Parts: sequence; structure tokens; C-alpha cells
Amino acid sequence: MDRLDLGALFLHFLALWFVAVGGPSTILPDIHRYVVEVHHLLTSEQFAEIYTLAQVAPGPNVMYVTLMGWYLAGWAGVAATTIPLLVPATTVTLLVGHLNERYPKARISRAIRSGLTPITIGLMFASATILMRAVNHDWRGYSITLLTVAVVLRKSWNPLWLLAAGALLGIAGIV
Amino acid sequence: MNQAAPHKVRVSPWALFLTFSRISLSSFGGALFWARRGLVEQQRWLTEREFVDLLTLGQLLPGPNVLNLTVMVGHRFAGWTGAAASVAGYLGWPCLVVVGMGVLYQHYGALPQVQQALAGMSKVAAGLLLATVVKLATVLPRHWRPWLFGMIAFAGVGVMRWPLLWILAALAPCAVLAAWKERD
Repeated sequence: MDRLDLGALFLHFLALWFVAVGGPSTILPDIHRYVVEVHHLLTSEQFAEIYTLAQVAPGPNVMYVTLMGWYLAGWAGVAATTIPLLVPATTVTLLVGHLNERYPKARISRAIRSGLTPITIGLMFASATILMRAVNHDWRGYSITLLTVAVVLRKSWNPLWLLAAGALLGIAGIV
Repeated sequence: MNQAAPHKVRVSPWALFLTFSRISLSSFGGALFWARRGLVEQQRWLTEREFVDLLTLGQLLPGPNVLNLTVMVGHRFAGWTGAAASVAGYLGWPCLVVVGMGVLYQHYGALPQVQQALAGMSKVAAGLLLATVVKLATVLPRHWRPWLFGMIAFAGVGVMRWPLLWILAALAPCAVLAAWKERD
């Protein structure tokens, strides 16, 4: 584990949030790269555990960054990873929200929307595959992940039941 | 879609705080469903149309999309104080809950059952995210260009593991320019 530089972590997260169009899952690959591959602050398994814990908790999924901060450095870590996500929302969002109410149908906003949507989706797909590879080590794990995909696409069950089923399968030693 | 448009011009910051607290504390597995239910169906602060517009905008802006929506709703109904109260309700509680879970995990996380349960859940969580992406991808037009941009973004970040900032700096202007020209 490298020495933790909270200031650098704060600045990296701040820069990431300014380009995080499409939400927290688009920057997950880069957070993984920074925290796991470049600085070795967490293992890939720990990263996946933190992400899962935050999914189980009530609240927006983005709270995985808060939990990660807590793991790395307690409350100082929480501040270093959570404050950055507030900055774009309070500056860029208020500014653009204001402009949008004045000029709702500008051509530039439509071009930005249709241009960036596919990139957002590609980045979320990258997040999903990185997470899938971090948590699965054999065919049984991959089967559970893909079975979950099939169920979610066909049924509108509450995802909590699926997570509970996954927990039971884990405790039973099946996966 | 003939919901009576709720022309409620002002809402107190306290009411915003309470509503967004409730939304975020019920948000298991994603906040979107609960945000729509709270703002459109229960409080009727927004019409369906207004909600979708704000969400689309929140999606395009940097940062978590429902958080962006929270900021815009708070600001619209009660100015700066309203935006601050909404964000405090929306992020404050989950922040404490998630740290509480972190503390519990540090105490009991070494138990084999906890490890196994988490390992099982993490496989499901990966599936939930993958399924969401598949659902979202159905909104893309049947045209090669958006799919090409999507694949490049995926390959660069997910396979080559290049830094996101570089990918976006190179790709986003091209994608927006291409979409701009398409409108001619």
C-alpha cells in the first residue's frame, strides 16, 4: 500500500466530478485505476466490497466514494472524497439550470445531449465489466452475475431481493 | 398527462429538507425511482414533464444526476437556502449511514459469514449495473455513429484502461460536433 496523499486524492476526485457526465458509474473505472492500479491503496476485491456495501445501504449509489474515503482515512477521507462531488453540482448545475430555463431549446444543448449520451453509456458499460471481473473468479460467479442481468431485464422485482439471494448463496458456500 | 400543474411557487427549506431526506433514506438500489415518486406523485412540486426535463439536464451536467436534480429543485423553490437544505437532506443521512456500515464492517467484516454474504451480493450488484446499462443502451438510435462513440469510450476506459480525462477530452468534442452537423 502506497502512502496516502489526501490532497492529491481530493484534487483527483474534484477533476473527475467535473467530467462525470452521466453520473457516478462513468467515473468508477477511473477511480478504480487511481485507487487500485496506480496507488495501490486498496485491492480490487476491497474496492468491489466497498461498492457493494454502499449499494446495500439506503441512499444514492454514489456514496461508495464516501465509504471509500472512510476506509482510507476516516472522516478526513470522507471529506476528501465527498466534498468534490458537491462542487460541480453547486456551480455548473446552478449556472446551466438557470440558462436552461431561459433558453430551453437551443441547438447546442440538443447537440451536446445526443453527442454525449452514447459516450456515457459506453463508460457505464466499462464500469460494469470492470466490476464484474473484480468480483468473479470462476464460472459460478459469472453465472450469478449474468443470471441477475437476465432477471432484471425480464422482471421488475425489487433489487433488494436479488441482493438478499446473493447473500444467501454466498453464506451457503455456493458462490 | 393531465396532472394538475402544481403552481406552488415557494416551498420552505425545511419541507425540502424533509422530502429529500425521505427520498434518500428510502433509496435502496438507486435513488431515481424514489425521487420521482416523492417529487411528482407525493408532493406534486413538479409535473411529470418538468421532472423528466430536470433529470435529463442533471444527466448531462457533471456530477451525480439525481444530486443535480436535487440542487435545481431546491434552488427553484427556495433559492440558495433551499438548494442547501435539499442537498443536506439528500446526502447527509446516507453519508452517516454509509460510515456506520463501514464501522460495523470493520468490526464484523472478518467474520467468514459476512465475507461470504458480501461476496455473493457483489456478484449480484455487478449484474444490476450491467442490466441497467443494457436497458439504457436501448435508447440509442439505430445508427452506426453513436454506437461507434460508445464502443470507443468503452474500449479506451474499460479495456485499455486509459485515464478518463484524456478519453473525454479527445472524444467528447468530436461526438458533440458530429451530432451538431447531423441536425443540418
